[in-house]
Amino acid sequence: MNVRVAPTPSSILDQDWSKVLRWGLICGGALIAICLVGMPVEMDRRILIERYLSLGYLSVLFIPVLVGWVASTQVVLEGVEARKQGLFDLVTGFVVGAIGGGFLALLMVALDSWNLRDPLVNWSPKLFRFLTYENGMGFGAVAWIVTGAVLGLVGASFHIMPRVVRRVTTFVVFGLISLSILESVIDDLSEGFRLEWLDEFMFAKKGGLTLTSTIVIGAVIGVLSLVADGRMKAATERYRNLEGVERQKTSIVLFVVVAVLCIVLPMFLGKIVNELLANVGLFLLLALGLNIVVGLAGLLDLGYVAFFAVGGYTTAVLTSPNSPWFAPELHFGFALIFVVIFATITGLVIGAPVIRMRGDYLAIVTLGFGEIIRLLFMSDWLGPYFGGAQGVTNIPGVDLGFATVKGTDPRSVFYLVLFFCAIAIYVSWRLQASRLGRAWMAIREDEQVAEAMGINTVSSKLMAFVVGAVLASFSGAVLAAKVGSVFPTSFMILVSIIILVVVIVGGMGNIAGVMVGSFVLIGVLGGPKQPGLLQEFQNFKLLIYGLLLVFMMLKRPEGLVPSARRSRELHQEEFLQDAWLQGDKLDSDDEVSVSDGGGEEQ
Amino acid sequence: MAVDRFLTFIRVFLVTMIVVGVLAFIWQQIDADNVFARWRNPNARGLTGDQFKGLLISGLSQGSMYGLIALGYSMVYGVLGFINFAHGEVFMVGAMTGFIASDKFQANGMWEENFVLCLALIVLMAIFFSTFTAVVMERVAYRPLRNSPRLIPLITSIGVSFFVQNLVLGLFGPSSKSYPRLPEWLAKQRSILTFEIAGTRLMVLVVAAVSMAVLWYVVERTKTGRAMRAVAEDKEIASLMGIDVNRTIVTTFAVGGAMAGVGGILWGLMFRSVTHMTGFLPGVKAFTSAVVGGIGNMGGAMAGGISLGSAESIAPMLILEPLGVPGVSQLKDAVAFTVLVLVLLFKPSGLFGERLSSEDRA
Repeated sequence: MNVRVAPTPSSILDQDWSKVLRWGLICGGALIAICLVGMPVEMDRRILIERYLSLGYLSVLFIPVLVGWVASTQVVLEGVEARKQGLFDLVTGFVVGAIGGGFLALLMVALDSWNLRDPLVNWSPKLFRFLTYENGMGFGAVAWIVTGAVLGLVGASFHIMPRVVRRVTTFVVFGLISLSILESVIDDLSEGFRLEWLDEFMFAKKGGLTLTSTIVIGAVIGVLSLVADGRMKAATERYRNLEGVERQKTSIVLFVVVAVLCIVLPMFLGKIVNELLANVGLFLLLALGLNIVVGLAGLLDLGYVAFFAVGGYTTAVLTSPNSPWFAPELHFGFALIFVVIFATITGLVIGAPVIRMRGDYLAIVTLGFGEIIRLLFMSDWLGPYFGGAQGVTNIPGVDLGFATVKGTDPRSVFYLVLFFCAIAIYVSWRLQASRLGRAWMAIREDEQVAEAMGINTVSSKLMAFVVGAVLASFSGAVLAAKVGSVFPTSFMILVSIIILVVVIVGGMGNIAGVMVGSFVLIGVLGGPKQPGLLQEFQNFKLLIYGLLLVFMMLKRPEGLVPSARRSRELHQEEFLQDAWLQGDKLDSDDEVSVSDGGGEEQ
Repeated sequence: MAVDRFLTFIRVFLVTMIVVGVLAFIWQQIDADNVFARWRNPNARGLTGDQFKGLLISGLSQGSMYGLIALGYSMVYGVLGFINFAHGEVFMVGAMTGFIASDKFQANGMWEENFVLCLALIVLMAIFFSTFTAVVMERVAYRPLRNSPRLIPLITSIGVSFFVQNLVLGLFGPSSKSYPRLPEWLAKQRSILTFEIAGTRLMVLVVAAVSMAVLWYVVERTKTGRAMRAVAEDKEIASLMGIDVNRTIVTTFAVGGAMAGVGGILWGLMFRSVTHMTGFLPGVKAFTSAVVGGIGNMGGAMAGGISLGSAESIAPMLILEPLGVPGVSQLKDAVAFTVLVLVLLFKPSGLFGERLSSEDRA
């Protein structure tokens, strides 16, 4: 095959100007949208680095870097060798950033001359002060154009840095940002381990890293990233290549370490972090259930919240003395049996009419069922039984004999959630490789072929619905015991969609992926009503969830931690294309089409 | 199989309920104090003829709005074979644009002075912004996914819907926005063929009928429309025949967006309140209408919308009330979803038949 090299531009001004302008417009549009949605002003309170950087400024500043980087990325066609990147691309990033900054300057002028506060709620003097750094408009305008240009340049320069420098910079930047996001966790941990000096050194009184600690920690992370370069990968590689008894041994050691950490760590954590972990656990439980329905069986269930609601209401009615119609005041453990029974029945009743439908009809009909169940719980019709809009209150905690699990003690809730999550993980893990799990995956890939192979598609799909329903109902039961009350408003369609985002961002069909997804999304951004680590995101998290869902579907549909089989399915065409480009090599090396499916970058 | 038996049971059960409800309703109309009514619904009063007509009119006008939105779902499904879940948001953008413009018109007094001009202007603006939203959606989110598995664009459109909703929330705030009052000469009660009808509802019906006629002309009689039908039938062959498939798909989104924009204005004028969530329920119901009428079938979408609107407005009083269900008006949305399930159980291809390309029919 003859390899051509992409043409080198004759001078640095020989840019594809329409492309540069387009990216500049995108950059400017994104900046203005972020400003007018109110992110910078509202998040300015959260300080990341004392006196120098707040989350508000970060929300604006990262745009030019990102767009500059994307705009100067070289599009390399198949069979053409990339040219060496250099000054030319820096100019691209620079101009793109400058255009973006220019838009902010225009916004500033507009803010100063007109008052559009009537429709646009964030059109405020506060935004103006934020944009001008309280230094007058002339200064602000020039400053933003220059900052935009410089940041665009920085973004573009990532392409021409040596690999080591790029690696260290990324590690330092992301490490510092995650440390300052994790501030409350570190606060809590250092209190638990009596390491207050560390906390005092790292964080300023009003929040945020201090300048000294930023420099020190940055240096440490930089050195660590140099030292660790390649070692992590080598370690995982070694683990993967282990065979037989040795692999088993290592796995057991790893498992014990994780289990001990999960059990011991919460004892040193305070209320806030334990509460957070309990919330993450609740959603992890839901996400694991949805992962079986969507990830393994490929049934897009948008009304998943219905099962969550059934679990919550069953527990509420059976355990609470305030249940309006029938109040047997059972023990939680006993009620759990009925939770499983009712969840199974609901799963079958909702599943039976929908399983023969086309995939997309199934999605909308389940969405309808989710709404119907919520509307029924809220209606006057069933009001005498389930309390209508007032819900069921006064649900007792879980009495375990030696301790009581209730919402005021988040640590106990965490342990309860941990128990259920452990069950869910074990069940999903065992199911994945089982006959049923393989049947699900076959149905997901091609239903007709699966049926032809002798799989009973109807009962397999129903089983997926039932298993998912039971896991979700556990989560609902724990939620009822934790919060002490259930209301119809806790079971909006929103919940279904957020869980869907968690599953998709993490990686459909992969347990580890789902865990990563819930920790990152629910832990940092928060659930539908529960705040995450970044409470300042409260008003914007749904916006970000939507954006993430679109972005993941466009760029990486297999998720952050993909399951190898799923990503092979999603990128089938590319694999075929690659194989075709390799031409006759295909015969001698049949790994071409299937190798390293998991790590395939687009 | 057990599942089939269960489904048969559900079918029989639902039909029995509907028949019993209707019979009970009729009995109740004849004799409000009959045995069944005393058992299930002792406070039954029945409906007077005028009440019934009122319900029918409100159902029709609401249904024609569902129909306008449903056209967008139906056309996109016909051409690309996926549910554009974010189409409800296109409708919401139209309603929102109408609010902002009409609010400004009212502030400078033009709304009262020259209402017809204002109405024309806000309709044009709503059409413009809705079309713009729909086309941008197609370009950014759906075009790169043209050949991916069916569920991928659906999930993407859920994300788009979420994003647009919350972007509007962020830009314009969570408060519910109310349209200015319509002038008296338009809003007053009229009497046509013994039907008492509010002017607003009459306007909705007329505008919906006119838009439908325009759309019918565009799709059936113009070259663009023929291209759209060809692309819906088979994209590859259409492109071999010299049709620019990308452009036709964009046109489809644009036409659907324009219809949703008109629907948004009508919604705003009729219910006079808009929030960022306005698009969700009408969107899902409009999709239901598209399915009821047979997806891909444009006349079907309109007919489906009108049937769903009427069912939603009449069924609670006609079927649920005589069966003794209290607070029936709360169950309006549940009725709409039940209609969806019913149609898919009995006739998944809709009342008037699907029109899809062979590959989408699977």
